[in-house]
Amino acid sequence: MTTKYKNVYINDVATVVGPYEYKGPLSKRFDKHYEDMYFGCDSLECAEVKLMSDSIDLVLKKAKQEKSDVDLFIAGDLQNQITASCYTALKLERPFLGIYSACATNTEGLLLGANFIESKMADNVLVSVSSHNMVSEKQFRNPTEYGGPKPGTATFTATGGASCLLTNKKGKVKIESSTIGIPIDMAQTDPLHMGSVMAPAAAYTINKHLSDLDRTVDDYDLILTGDLGIFGKEILRDYIKSEYSIDLKDKYNDCGVMLYDLKKQKEVQAGGSGPVCSALVVYSDIIKKLEEGQLKRVLYVATGALFNPTMVFQKENILSIAHAISLESVL
Amino acid sequence: MNGDNVEKKLYNKLVMNHKPKEKRGQNAFIAFVVGGLMGVIGQLLVEFYSYYLDISSSDASVFMIVTLIFFASLFTALGFFDKWVNFARCGLIIPITGFAHSMTSAAIEYKKEGFVTGLGANMFKLAGTVILYGVVSAYIFGFIRLIIMGGA
Repeated sequence: MTTKYKNVYINDVATVVGPYEYKGPLSKRFDKHYEDMYFGCDSLECAEVKLMSDSIDLVLKKAKQEKSDVDLFIAGDLQNQITASCYTALKLERPFLGIYSACATNTEGLLLGANFIESKMADNVLVSVSSHNMVSEKQFRNPTEYGGPKPGTATFTATGGASCLLTNKKGKVKIESSTIGIPIDMAQTDPLHMGSVMAPAAAYTINKHLSDLDRTVDDYDLILTGDLGIFGKEILRDYIKSEYSIDLKDKYNDCGVMLYDLKKQKEVQAGGSGPVCSALVVYSDIIKKLEEGQLKRVLYVATGALFNPTMVFQKENILSIAHAISLESVL
Repeated sequence: MNGDNVEKKLYNKLVMNHKPKEKRGQNAFIAFVVGGLMGVIGQLLVEFYSYYLDISSSDASVFMIVTLIFFASLFTALGFFDKWVNFARCGLIIPITGFAHSMTSAAIEYKKEGFVTGLGANMFKLAGTVILYGVVSAYIFGFIRLIIMGGA
């Protein structure tokens, strides 16, 4: 399903990151960073709540808005029962919708918010996501202090919180259209190669978006996928060419690859992942380039592996989904 | 889109083409050297205990195992043993150090959820399998030995 919007703008964005992200190439562009993984909290789970709350405080401060100006709060994360979002929403005391699409959560939130604004049901919608490396490791994989080796295809869940305030008042960057993806099953079962799980979902959504709007790759300055990693990125390039005859040329990049310095930061293996991964890259780097007019139109396709450890142990395939939004510079 | 079986197979082939090669030779070599070193350390400890404490070498090997478990757990708690394991792989996972590491790391991880519902319930998350099948196979092989060799 592809929808066009006339009246949805990005008021402001804010990013908070952990130490690994701060060591990456985008370090100076984040609004706030922490040196450790606990941020003064008692547990890692509470630390993730702090990440998201911090990003909300920052975005409201930057946009000079009060909590009461937020008509609707949409948020999601990777914790079971999207706990980090719920506990953050408790402090915010605004109408709250919790969402989950794994690492595609951010675009799901943005397109939902855009729909609320376009239909005039809300004036200001706050969209937040977070993830925490060690919380995800604990929940989806092994204890964080366990050193069992992982293959080179494994990705590294990014630690951070990111918030975006959508508004109906004219700003420098607008959300121009969105495409909602479908769950994809391409018989992938390796939880340590999420790039291969998600690439077909990204290919489907990119193709659907372009064909629904009768556009080509050339109508965009940049097409960004969420967190496919270095291997997933190459898989997508090949797959989208063979399956949909789309050549991504030099207009394509992946947020998971951009967030870290893959040569120096060996611990991230194939790149970053997690719902906050793509949000951190888009909010710190891409939005600024759109505001300055360096980029005119960007297709942001966040990709999520709908991965459940129980189903994988029961020998079921891992599903994936991708949602796209098109961001446009208003100059 | 969700392709049929042929498409899924084709896609799997594409994925395999892009899979990075694991450095199997290098990994095996490191595991061999580190695992061998662990054996040397173990033997030295056995000699040390049996000489200085004046005990039989079978008693000394129990002391040796306890020593290795202690240091693997201590280093895990101090936070650098996971990096060693990641480097040496099976060189440290297969000896008793890997068993101790898996238990300590789980214990640290779930301490926050309480001593009973967290630490107690989850400490054997990784090591439980080893214990269960270790005991079961010991029982089976002990039984076979009893039948064939008459318990000798």
